[in-house]
Amino acid sequence: MDYSSSSSSQLDSGRREEYIDQVKQQLAVAQAQELLQRMSDKCFKKCVTKPGSSLDNSEQKCIAMCMDRYMDTMNIVARTYSSRLQQEMSRMGS
Amino acid sequence: IFQMEVQKAKLQAQMNKVNELCWDTCVFKMKDKMDSRTESCISYCVERYIDTSLLIQNRFQQMLSKQMH
Repeated sequence: MDYSSSSSSQLDSGRREEYIDQVKQQLAVAQAQELLQRMSDKCFKKCVTKPGSSLDNSEQKCIAMCMDRYMDTMNIVARTYSSRLQQEMSRMGS
Repeated sequence: IFQMEVQKAKLQAQMNKVNELCWDTCVFKMKDKMDSRTESCISYCVERYIDTSLLIQNRFQQMLSKQMH
C-alpha cells in the first residue's frame, strides 16, 4: 500500500496553512513596528522641540497624548477611507 | 490568498501615508481629546487626497491618449 503520497499531501496542506499563518504574523509584526516608528517620528517632532538631558514631565505627557491622538487619527482615516471606497465601488457598479 | 494579502498590504500602506499627511496637515497642538475641528479637517483631508489622486490619474491618462493620436 502506498501511504506516502496521501500522507505527504496532508502534510503539505497543513504546512501550507502554518506557513500562511507565519507570514501573516510576520506581516503584522512588521506593520506594528512601522507604526511605532512613525509615531516616534511624529511625536518627537511635536513634543521635543528643545532636546535636553532627559525627557521632562511635560514632554512625556505630550508624547502620551500624541500617541492617543495619532491613533484617533488612524481611526478617522480608516473610517473615511472605507466609506469613500464603498462610494466609489458602488458608483463604478452603476 | 497571496494576491489578497498583497492588496491588503498595499491598501494599508496607502492609508498609512494618508494618515501621516493628514496628521501633518491638521494636527498642531497636542490635546487631551480630538476636537471636532481637527476631526473634520482629517476626514476632509482624506476625501480631498483621494479626489486629488483620482484627478491626477485621469488627467494623466488623458495626456497619454492625446500623445498617441
